[in-house]
Amino acid sequence: MTEVFGIPLPALLGQLLLGLVNGSFYAILSLGLAVIFGMLNIINFAHGAFYMMGALLAWMGMEYLGLSYWWMLVLAPLVVGLVGVVIERLLLRWLYQLDHLYGLLLTFGITLVVEGLFRSFYGASGQPYEVPSQLAGATNLGFMFLPNYRGWVVVASLVVCFGVWALIEKTRLGALLRAGTENPRLTQAFGVNVPLLVTLTYAGGVALAAFAGVLAAPILQVSPLMGSNLIIVVFAVVVIGGMGSIMGAIVSGLGLGVIEGLTKVFYPEASNTVVFVVMAIVLLVRPAGLFGKER
Amino acid sequence: MVKNPWLGYGAMFVLIALLPLFGAYPIFVMKVLCYALFACAFNLLIGFTGLLSFGHAAFLGAAGYACGYALKVWGLPTPLGLVFGALCAAGLGLVMGLLAIRRSGIYFAMITLALAQMVFFYFLQAPFTGGEDGLQAVPRGSFLGLALDDDLHLYYLVLAIFIGAFWLIYRTVHSPFGQVLLSIRENEARATSLGYDVSRFKLLAFVLSALLAGLAGATKTLVLGFATLSDAQWGTSGSVILMTLVGGMGTLTGPIVGALLVVLLENKIGDLGSWLAQVTGVQWFAGLGESVSLVTGLIFILCVLAFRRGIVGEFGALFARLRKR
Amino acid sequence: MKTKLKRIAQATLATVALAGFGSAAHAQISGDVVKIGFLTDMSSVYADIDGPAGVEAIKMAIADMKGMAAGKKIEFIYADHQNKADIGASKAREWFDTQGVDLLVGGTNSGVNIALSKVAAEKHKPFISIGAGSARLTNEDCTPYTIHYAYDTVALARGTVNPMVKGGGKNWYFLTADYAFGASLQSDATAVIQQAGGKVLGSVKHPLNANDFSSFLLQAQSSGAQVLGLANAGGDTINSIKAANEFGITKSMKLAGLLMFINDVHSVGLNAAQGMFVTDSWYWNQSPEAREWSRRFFDKMKRMPSSLQAADYSAVTHYLQAVDKLKTDDGDKVMAAMKAAPVNDFYSKGTIRKEDGRFVHDMFLMQVKSPKDSAEPWDYYKLVSRIPGDEAFTKLADSKCPLVKK
Repeated sequence: MTEVFGIPLPALLGQLLLGLVNGSFYAILSLGLAVIFGMLNIINFAHGAFYMMGALLAWMGMEYLGLSYWWMLVLAPLVVGLVGVVIERLLLRWLYQLDHLYGLLLTFGITLVVEGLFRSFYGASGQPYEVPSQLAGATNLGFMFLPNYRGWVVVASLVVCFGVWALIEKTRLGALLRAGTENPRLTQAFGVNVPLLVTLTYAGGVALAAFAGVLAAPILQVSPLMGSNLIIVVFAVVVIGGMGSIMGAIVSGLGLGVIEGLTKVFYPEASNTVVFVVMAIVLLVRPAGLFGKER
Repeated sequence: MVKNPWLGYGAMFVLIALLPLFGAYPIFVMKVLCYALFACAFNLLIGFTGLLSFGHAAFLGAAGYACGYALKVWGLPTPLGLVFGALCAAGLGLVMGLLAIRRSGIYFAMITLALAQMVFFYFLQAPFTGGEDGLQAVPRGSFLGLALDDDLHLYYLVLAIFIGAFWLIYRTVHSPFGQVLLSIRENEARATSLGYDVSRFKLLAFVLSALLAGLAGATKTLVLGFATLSDAQWGTSGSVILMTLVGGMGTLTGPIVGALLVVLLENKIGDLGSWLAQVTGVQWFAGLGESVSLVTGLIFILCVLAFRRGIVGEFGALFARLRKR
Repeated sequence: MKTKLKRIAQATLATVALAGFGSAAHAQISGDVVKIGFLTDMSSVYADIDGPAGVEAIKMAIADMKGMAAGKKIEFIYADHQNKADIGASKAREWFDTQGVDLLVGGTNSGVNIALSKVAAEKHKPFISIGAGSARLTNEDCTPYTIHYAYDTVALARGTVNPMVKGGGKNWYFLTADYAFGASLQSDATAVIQQAGGKVLGSVKHPLNANDFSSFLLQAQSSGAQVLGLANAGGDTINSIKAANEFGITKSMKLAGLLMFINDVHSVGLNAAQGMFVTDSWYWNQSPEAREWSRRFFDKMKRMPSSLQAADYSAVTHYLQAVDKLKTDDGDKVMAAMKAAPVNDFYSKGTIRKEDGRFVHDMFLMQVKSPKDSAEPWDYYKLVSRIPGDEAFTKLADSKCPLVKK
C-alpha cells in the first residue's frame, strides 16, 4: 500500500475523515459561541452543558416518549433555545454592564448546576443511543469503512454552519444583529428592539449547541459529563478563529478537527494538546485570532 | 480601618492551633489550610492585581507532583521537597506568565486555561506521575527532628507554613509593590502613564502567586500522601475561583473563609444529606452527596449576581456602614 | 458544630469505656462494633459489574450472619470513589481514623485499590480487593494486609490468550485502558502470547471511560493484526465492541475481550458477542449452590450477579466467620485467621496464600453462546475448560512480592 511519511495511506485518510467529523462538531459549537460572544460579549461557558442537554433530550425523547431521532433533531434545539431564553432574561441580563469575567463565571456556575442536576439522575457513565435506522450501516470507501451516520454528521454540520453564516451576513435580520453588536444605542434609536435581538441570539446560539448534541448522541455515549472536556477545546477553537468572527469559527473548527486527526496518525499522544499549542502560537503571532478584529 | 489586624489574625491562628484538642480531624483541617493557602495565592492575582487566571490548577498539580517525586523517589528531606515543589510551580508560572501577560482580560483567562490544559495532558502522559493512578505512598519524613508520621506534628508544621505564607501575602499587599498592583487593578492605563512597567509588575505578581499556590500543592501532597491528576484538572481551577469569590476577592481573610466553606461542602455534603434524611425522614436528602456540583453551581450563580464582594467583603461593607451611623 | 459535639461525646464515651472495661483487656471488638467499609465505582464506567449491586451483595452477607459477629453488631458503610485514587484514599483514611472501620473492601479500579491497600497497610487493617484486576496487588505492591480475592490479570491472560493463539490468532494489537489495570493486563497478556509463539504488533492507549473509540480502532486496523486484544473493562469494553462492529473491524480482526463480565455481554448483546472467549472466576449457572444464591440475588436486583458481586458476598462472609471464631477484630489476628481457613462456598473453593494474600482458586474458560443456543435470559456462557488455581495464578517462585522469601 502507498505510504505517506511512512504511514499507510488508508490509515491517513481514515484519520483525516474522522478528524473532519470531529471538526464538524467543533465548527457548530464554536459558531454558537462566536455568535453569542459577538452579540452579548459573554463567554458562554455553559455551551458544553447545552450541548449535553441536546444529546440527553434526544435520548430522553426516545426513552420516555418514543420520539425518533429526526423529531428530536428539531425538538431538542427548540427546547434548549427556550431554556436559553429563560436563562438570558433571568440571569444574564444583569451582567451586561459589568466586566466580561462575571459573565464567564456566571455561565460556569450554570454549567455546574445543569451537569449536577442531570448527573444526580443519570450517573456519570453514558447511556447508549442508537443510530437512526435510515443512516445505519457503513460504506466501504476502500481505505476504511465509513459508518453512514458519520458522513451524515459532516453534511448536516456544513449545511447548518453555512446556513447560519448566510443568515448573519446576507439577510436583513443578520444585518440588524450586526448593527446591534456594533452600536446597540444607535440601533435601538432606530426603533430596533435590541434586547429582544440579544435574547434571540443567546437562544439561537445555545440551540445550535443542542443541535450538535443531538448529532453527537449516536456516536458518543450520552452522559452528563460529555460537554465538560469538549468545551475547553471549543474555547481554544474560538480564540484561534477570532472571538467574534463567524467564518473564523467555522473554518477553525473544521481545520482543527483535521489537524487533530493528522496528529493522531503521527503522534497520537499529542492529539489532546495540539489544539492548545496552535492556540498559543496564534495568540502570540496574531492576538485577535486568524479572522478576528482587535476590539 | 482596623487598628491592628494582626490581633484578629492572631486570634484566628490560635483558634486553628487548638482545633485538634476539640476533636477536629487533623487531616481535614490541614486539607482546608492547604486550599486556603491556594485561594490566598490566587487572590493575590485576581483580588489585588485584577488578573483572572483560569489555570491555577497547573501550579497546584505541578508542585504536588514535583514534591511527591522528590520525597518518594529522590528521598529528599521534607523541607527541601516542599521548597522544590514550590520552585517548580514558580518556574511554570514564569513560563505561563510570559505567554499570557501579553494579553489582558478575557484573553488572559483563556490563555491560562489553555496552557493549564497542556500541562494537564503532559501529566497524563508522563510516566513519573503515574497517570490515572497518581503518585502514591509519598513518605512524610521528618522536620527538624520531628517525625511527621504523627498527624499532630504535621498539623503544626502545616499551620506554621500557612501563617508564614499568609504573613508574606500581607506584607506584599501592604508594600509599595502591592500599591502598584492595586493601581494596575484599578486603572492600568493610568499606571502605565505614571511610568510603571506594568507588564513586569503583572509578571512578578503572577510568579509570586504561582509560587505560593505551589507551596500549597506541595504541602497538600505531604499531608495526603499522594498527588493525582485531579489537582491539575480545570475543575480545580474553577474551585479556587469559587473559593475566592465566595470568601471575598481583594480581602485577605476572604479566601480562607471561602476555602473552608467549599471544602466543607465538597466533603461533608454527603454526611449532611444522610443526617438530614435520618432526621426528617425525607429520603431525597440522602442523595444530596451526589449533587456537589449542583450546590456549588448555585452558590456560584448567587455570588456573581448578588454577593460579588463575597462573605468577608459583604461583612466588611456592613461594618463600614454601621460605623458611619 | 454537631460534628464537634459528637466527637467530644465519642471521646468521652471512649475514655469512660476504656477506664471501665480496661481490665478485660484481651479479645476485644474495637469500638464495640464490627465495621465494614466498601469503596467502589458506583456511577461511572464500572458501576454495573460491581457498584450498587455489590453493596447489596455485602448487605446479603451481613444479613445471613444475622447482623452479628462475635456477639457485636455489624455496621456497613460504603461510598463512591468515582475512579479517583485521591477520593478513595482520602475516604479510606478518614474511615480508619474517625469511623473505626475494621475491614476495608475494595471494589473496582486497580489504581484506586493499590492506593487503598497502602492506606490499610499503614493502619494495620485488613483490606480485601475484589473488583480490581492488576496483579501488582500481590506482586510489586503487596502488603501483609492485602487479600486479592476474585481474579487477576495474570489469570485472565492465561485463560483467554491461549485458545485464541491456538485458534490461529498469532498477531495481536492491544487497545488498552490507560491506567494500572490496562497496563497490567497488556503486559501479562503479552507474556502469554510470546510464550505461545505469537507476536504483539503494537498497542494504543485510551483514557478511562473514553467516549469515542473510532480513531483508536482505525489505528488497530491499519496494523494488520489478526486479533484485537481489549485490555479494558466495563463500559469501555462494551463501547469498544460496539464501535468495532460499526467500523467493520470485526470483518478483518477477531476480538479478544480480556476482561468481560456477564453484564457486559448483556449490554452488547449475544449477536455481537457470540463466540468470544471469557475467563472468569464464577458463573451464576455453574452449580446448584451458585444457582440458588443467584436466584436470591435476582429476586432483589432483577438481574443475575456478576462474579464480582458473588465474590463480595463470599469475601465478607469469610471475614465475618473469622471474626466470629476469634472473638476479636484485631487486624493482624484476623488476617492470619483468614489466610489459615480455607474458603468453601457457592463462589469458590481454595485457600488464601499466606505469603502474598492471593486467593488461589480455579478459574473457568467460557465461550459466549450464540443467540439460538441461549435457552433462558442470562444463559450466556458455555464452559470450555476449567483452569486449576495453581496454573491460573502466578506461582510463588515467580512472585515479585518483596514479602515472599525466595
